[in-house]
Amino acid sequence: MLEIVREYWPMLLVGQYPNGPLGGLALTLIVAVLGLAFSLPLSLLIALARVSPVKWLSFVTAQFVRVIRGIPLLMLIFWAYFVVPKLIGSSVSGFTTLVCALVVYQAAYLAEVIRAGIEAIPSGQIEASRSMGSSYMLTMRKVILPQALLNVLPSMTNQFVSTIKETSLGYVISVNELTFSANQVNNLVLTQPLQVFGVLAVVYFIVCFSLSRSLRWLDMRIRRSRAMA
Amino acid sequence: MIKMEKVSKWFGQHQVLNDIDLSLNKGEVVVICGPSGSGKSTLIRTINRLESIQGGRIEVDGEDVYAGHMNVNSLRQKIGFVFQQFNLFPHMTVLDNVMFGLVNIQKRSKKESMERARSLLDRVGLLEKINAYPGALSGGQQQRVAIARALAQQPPVMLFDEPTSALDPEMVGEVLQVMKELAKEGMTMVCVTHEMGFAREVADRVVFMDAGQIQEIADPETFFTSPQHPRAQRFLSDVHIR
Repeated sequence: MLEIVREYWPMLLVGQYPNGPLGGLALTLIVAVLGLAFSLPLSLLIALARVSPVKWLSFVTAQFVRVIRGIPLLMLIFWAYFVVPKLIGSSVSGFTTLVCALVVYQAAYLAEVIRAGIEAIPSGQIEASRSMGSSYMLTMRKVILPQALLNVLPSMTNQFVSTIKETSLGYVISVNELTFSANQVNNLVLTQPLQVFGVLAVVYFIVCFSLSRSLRWLDMRIRRSRAMA
Repeated sequence: MIKMEKVSKWFGQHQVLNDIDLSLNKGEVVVICGPSGSGKSTLIRTINRLESIQGGRIEVDGEDVYAGHMNVNSLRQKIGFVFQQFNLFPHMTVLDNVMFGLVNIQKRSKKESMERARSLLDRVGLLEKINAYPGALSGGQQQRVAIARALAQQPPVMLFDEPTSALDPEMVGEVLQVMKELAKEGMTMVCVTHEMGFAREVADRVVFMDAGQIQEIADPETFFTSPQHPRAQRFLSDVHIR
């Protein structure tokens, strides 16, 4: 395995870059970061809409979440890949397709996590804030969300880690991310698929493990500073 | 200051408040007592619209609380509310809890808010805890912070919903002390409490409730020495045995 890493690390790390397009782990991380950066605020809005007293808003977003939850991500990626260009009339890169599909998919799941967090805040917190004369939105922004988001951080970590792994589905629409690069390496080496994909697994593990550990550390640090642990 | 006329409330088929008539003058302290489930908490929660009513009328400071045009958020700034479970915001320091309304609702400057919060915390004896989080405080300390928080926006009326019922016995005194001082400074207060000693010392009138109705209103001396209503007599003898 080490020889494979020694010989092919540039390809696994950055794909064909600088002689070709950027790929490998670098692209995987870019897709994952973009996916998270867009899905987090989107999911927050969906969660707010779902708990909103405005009936149609919570109905529409609930249906959105149900639909997205009911279809496989792979199907969503295919669908976006073939349908979106037809809809907007110009071609869309695999990269954009993948990021869009991930954002939509993760936003639906994250929204449910955040909604659960919002609904788990004791009603006394809301009453305390409203009884001072806070508006609904002020209460949400300053009292509920800061607590809810911290409480669901472990579940959100789950979704973040999933996002990183799900970038590998970009393989099927030829986004040259890490899995795609590993497959290219495998085609070059030809005789050691077990080792090549072993390296792939280790790289994914390191990335996901570091993320979940850092978030856990952050969670504990905040809780200790607030005398909650 | 507070005027309730024929206030009624139902939870489904069950009537929890039945033709409540009660009014308070400025500076008056009224203690509401009665067996659990008698509607005491529901009653004071209707005053700042934490609970809605289905009949009757409530006025605070001359304004109809349930009028269609009433802005509930500006009404509530005039009514401090203290909860049984304290309900401090656990993600904020003691100082930030007390400053919350001043900074976020009344949009006062940080500096002014902080000065006011500090003086309130000094008044409840917790100046040394301003940077602590609620999780690091005892129940009695948390409730004192909650009182300071409720006082921050200088409401002319304070409502207390069983403020000492969730406390360990040895912490009840420190909270009652703060409330007594407040009463002596002339605050208009409605307190739902089982602390009969407190009622005796500072209440101008004691209201006894049972089954959603006010059964008896009397000055504390009369109420404790010669309660008229049989239910009140039984209640008092039970409370005293305890």
